[in-house]
Order: sequence, then structure tokens, then C-alpha cells
Amino acid sequence: MRKSFASLALAATMLASPAVLAESIKIGFVTTLTTPAAVIGNDMKDAFDLAYEHIGGKMGDFDVEVIYEDDGFKPEVGKQKVDKLVKQDDVDVVTGFIWSHVLLASSKPVLDADKILISANAGPSQLAGKRCHENFFSVSWQNDQTPMALGEVLNQTGVKSAYLMAPNYAAGKNMVTGVERTFKGEIKGKDLTRWGADAQLDFSAELAKAKASGAEAMWVFYPGAAGGAFIRQFTQAGLGDSMKLYTVFTVDAISLPRLQQGGLDGVLGSFATQTWSPDLPVETNRKFVSAFLEKHGRYPSFYAAQAYDAMFFIRDAVEKAGAKDAASLRAAMREARSLPTRGAVTWGNNHFPIQNLYVREAVTDSEGRWTTEITDLVYEKHQDPYAAECAM
Amino acid sequence: MDMSLFLIQLLNGLQYGVLLFLVAAGLTLVFGIMDFINLAHGSFYMIGAYLCGTITAVTDSFLLGVLLGVPLTALVGYVTERSVIQTLYQRDHLDHVLATFGLILIFDTGVHIIWGAEGMAIPLPAWLETSVPLVGDSQFPTYRIAIIAVGLAVAAGLYFVVNHTKTGMLIRAGASNRRMVEALGVDIRLLFALVFSVGVAIAGASGMMIAPITEARIGMGNDIIIIAFVVIIIGGIGSIKGAFVGALIVGMIDTLGRSYLDQMMKLFMSVDAAETAAPAISAMLVYILMAIVLALRPQGLFPPKTR
Repeated sequence: MRKSFASLALAATMLASPAVLAESIKIGFVTTLTTPAAVIGNDMKDAFDLAYEHIGGKMGDFDVEVIYEDDGFKPEVGKQKVDKLVKQDDVDVVTGFIWSHVLLASSKPVLDADKILISANAGPSQLAGKRCHENFFSVSWQNDQTPMALGEVLNQTGVKSAYLMAPNYAAGKNMVTGVERTFKGEIKGKDLTRWGADAQLDFSAELAKAKASGAEAMWVFYPGAAGGAFIRQFTQAGLGDSMKLYTVFTVDAISLPRLQQGGLDGVLGSFATQTWSPDLPVETNRKFVSAFLEKHGRYPSFYAAQAYDAMFFIRDAVEKAGAKDAASLRAAMREARSLPTRGAVTWGNNHFPIQNLYVREAVTDSEGRWTTEITDLVYEKHQDPYAAECAM
Repeated sequence: MDMSLFLIQLLNGLQYGVLLFLVAAGLTLVFGIMDFINLAHGSFYMIGAYLCGTITAVTDSFLLGVLLGVPLTALVGYVTERSVIQTLYQRDHLDHVLATFGLILIFDTGVHIIWGAEGMAIPLPAWLETSVPLVGDSQFPTYRIAIIAVGLAVAAGLYFVVNHTKTGMLIRAGASNRRMVEALGVDIRLLFALVFSVGVAIAGASGMMIAPITEARIGMGNDIIIIAFVVIIIGGIGSIKGAFVGALIVGMIDTLGRSYLDQMMKLFMSVDAAETAAPAISAMLVYILMAIVLALRPQGLFPPKTR
């Protein structure tokens, strides 16, 4: 008797549910919500939620439904989650992706199912070049671009020699290649260190080598928690006196509060390149940064800014197309001309943004918080070097 | 070869080895004496770091953080032993692994809930943030010297307690033949709780030592526990001496591998291939050593005498 009651109730709910649902667009958001890298994933999620509020939960006539998935900082887990999003949840768009190796492993199931894939951070060279795809778009940058701009800054500052360090994975290698493309001085040494959930965080051996190499400048790429650990050890080993520190994706709103907590003021005044900074003078960016600061009491990172951009990028395309199928969306996305946190941006043949790159310096703001400020423009409307390899 | 750089790398290797020893010491005692596999041993390394970080943040003194953090971590260990671990001694190894893996998840999630996902930076007092000059113009961070000093002091203390006190005699006896010790009327439950808590306290201290360098973060113990198991397998399970020698060997191999392997590999392969392969192979070296030890001397280099 009880059993039949249960099945009756179940049948009733199943019958009732279609009537409740208005037509919705489903967005899968894959990021890292466990492991120490969760600090990045949470920042992106906070920004994506904020964007959801700012668009009122609607894209055109569609209700927006967001499904968050955790990649656990592992390519194989990321792929499983994407498979689930595509096959089980039947999402229309998949976005997020902090890590290049996770994105590379996850791209095929989305693209094979003719869904739209948008990277809100990772920019592996493969997807910008030979493996570019009509359904793949980036709202961030290609990995090589930011270090290329940094190499240019090194040339302009008159740095003659540098030591390079980065994690040993897809993006780390792209970043090193990027600096090597533009830096004209001598590269005195290079270390690629273990990365992933059990990433190497003690750099004693590498720092000793760097110091012995006699290089004038140190260039590093250590995103997330590793950045703070690196800068801390760089200072402790007394390298700050003999080498000038330049970074990409390392000194940001993720690492700065913790460096401040640890009292490592050696990082203030260090330079990095980036496509965005909290102080970028664009009206919609001011709105985003102040709303984020008010809601969460901390500065958004560039990861957050790009996640915010991803939501608006999809919204604008849906409104323009008035539909949510892949063909209409990609046609509208190709025509996009701006992102809320960065202002005017266009997209190249490989669907990567053509945008400005700035130098930003780590500074203290009026309320004593450590943040970054733009000091100069390095590249105007810069396109990545892999666009030529893309057949689109 | 640059001798002063080599000396610095040896010190770096020693520092890493000493740190590994602090984790491996408790693991090998618990495994050797109680025949208990404690995968969650690394969690106490993490909890030690977080407790120390919290106390340091409140009192503004790292020294106080360590002095209060160590007994607090030991207390967490004691409570865990009394409430969960002691019911597992009679079970087989698979149950140990399953239960302590569950403990890892509980501790990791607990830390996530209490302290958040973003990790914790621990500021050092100014006198530890400096470097000391070595030969020539090379320098070495004072703090890493302090880690070496503390680690060696703990090793000496353990050596003294285990080899020259009555408790130590019981511990050694327990490692050799647990049943016999029980039969002689020793309160084995108390001995187990004591050994477990001391092991936990040392692991916690190790976490406190490393946290100012790498920051305290969730899962930090899970990375080191695997290497700690490698150390005790190489050294011989249950042996403090084995754990010490094994930890130093592993520390040296890891550090020197990271320092010189890429240069060595560049001699016979392309620069690009060497740069990519060297970090992967240097990460594998300690496991290769473990495989060799297991093949040639499965009981480890310094197994405890007679079982």
C-alpha cells in the first residue's frame, strides 16, 4: 500500500514538473572547487553568481540555469564532469576552466556533441592553433600572450638576463614559450616544476640554482596558492636584493591578501602583465569591481573578471540570436565587440580575443589593501601567434 | 661544478630529509609497534600547521604558535586514538586503510569548514626571515637552518628516549614482539595511546615547520604521507634509525635530482626533451629507489631486530 502511494506521488510530480519549467538555457560551469586551488574556483563562482544577479537570471526569453562542477584539479575528473554535463544534464553551453590541461582533456566531448564551449581562463595553444573549432570561444586570452607582453616589458626596461620558472604542464610550457618569443636578453636557466594536486611548493633547490646563475631578473608563472609560496621563499632566500621579480598570473587578488597577511612587502612594486586590472577605466568594470568588493569584501581576481565576462558574452549572444542552438549562438558570438570588464574587444579567426595588454604594479590602495594598478599599455589590440595555424 | 651551489643543495636536501623524518618517525612507530596503517597520519601534519597558524595570528608570535600548537595537535591525536583508532587495532590492514582514509576526508573537510579553502600564510619573526652567509658570497635562509636544527634535535631526543629509557625499551619490545610485551603485564593500551600521540605531535611539528615556507593548505598532508611511506619502506618498518636514514636518502635524492638531473640529461638528449622529462623523472627517482630496495632487501635497510 505504502509503495503504491509513493509511486503515485512520484508520478504526480513527474507529470507536474514540465508545466512549472519555463524554457531555460542551461550553462555548465567547470572549475576547481576542492584542493587548495579551490580558492580560484570559488572566486570564479562568486563572480559568475554576481553576473547571474546582474542579468536578472534571464538571457532574452530564457531562464538561466547554472550547474557548477568541480574538476578536482585533474584532467580526467574534468572530462568526466563534462561528459555528465553534456550527456545527462544536456547543457547548451559549457564554460569555466581554470587549467589548460583540464580544458584540453574536456574539449572533445563538448565539441563532438555540437555544444558551445567557452574558456573563461585557460588558453592552450592547441585550441588557438591546429585544434581550433567553430564552437569554441575564449573570453580570456591565449597562454602565450601575457608572457609575450612581459618579455617586451623586460626589453623596454633594459633587462639583459633572466631566469625562468613555471609549473610543468600545458600552460606552463606555453608561458615559457611566450617569454622566449619576445625577450631579447639571455635566458640563464629554466625550471619546470611538478604540478597538479600534489604540486611542488618548496622551491629551495630551484631558487639556489637561480641565484647561482647570476641572472638579473626572475620571471615566474605560479597561479593560485603556489604564487604566494613562491614569492615568500624568493624573499626568504634573499633573492629580492640581487634579482628583480617579474610575474604573470602570480601576483593577483588571490595571492596578494595572503602575502599581506604574511607581511611580505617585497612583492609591492613588482610588475606583471595582464589583460585586465581592477582599476581598468571601463564603466561596466567599475560596476563589477565595486559590486564584488561590496558583496565579498575582497577584490575580484582576473579569474573572477573573466567568469563575469563569460556570463555576459553568452547573454549578449543569446539576446542577439534570439535562440540558444549552437549555430545561432556561434554566429552571434563571432560578432561580439566588447566584454563588460575590458571594454572593446574583438575576436580573431580562431575565436580568441584581440585585446590590449597592460603592465600592472602591486600597490596599496586607499584603504590599505594590496591590489594592482595599471601603469602602462604594452600591446594594443594584440592577437595571439597561433591564429595563423587555425584553418577557420 | 659550482661547489658553493652544491653545498647549498646538500643543505636543502638535508632540510627536506629532516622534515620527512619528522613525519616518518611517527608513522614507522605506529606501524611497527601497533601494526596499524595510519593513512591519516598526514592529516595531523596539516592540523598542526593550521593550529600553529591560528595561534600565531592571535598571539602574533610564531614561537608561541609552535609551543602551544604541538601539545594541541597531540591532544587531537590522543582524542582520535581513543575514539576511533583503538577500536581498529584488532581488525585487519584493509579496515585500517579504509577507516583512516575516511579520517582523511573528515579532517580535510573539517579544515575546509573551519578555515576555508584558501590556505593560511604564517608570518615569521624578523630574525628568522634573514639569510646567513655561507662560503663565498652564497647565502642560506636562516629559517631552513632552524628547521634542520629542530629536526636533528627531535631525532636525537627520539634516539635517547627509544634507546636509553624504560619507555623506550617497551617501545622497542613492542616493535619486536607485541604479544610478549602484553603477556608481561605492560598496559599496552596506554603505551599505544602514548606512542600514537607522540607520533602525531612530531608530525604536527613538522607541518608547523613547513607552513611558513609553503603555507598551510588542505591536502598538504596527503602529499607528504606517500613519500613518508616510501621512507619507512626504504628504512625498514618500525625502525627509527631506518626512518632517519631513509628520510635523508629520499631528501637528498629528490633535491639533487631537481638540481642536477636536467643538466645531466642535456648531455645525451635534446634540450627541450631534457627540460620536460627531467622534472618528471626526478619525481620518480625515489620510487625507483623504493622498488630497488623492495627487490633486493624487502625488509628495508635497517629493520628492527627479530620479530
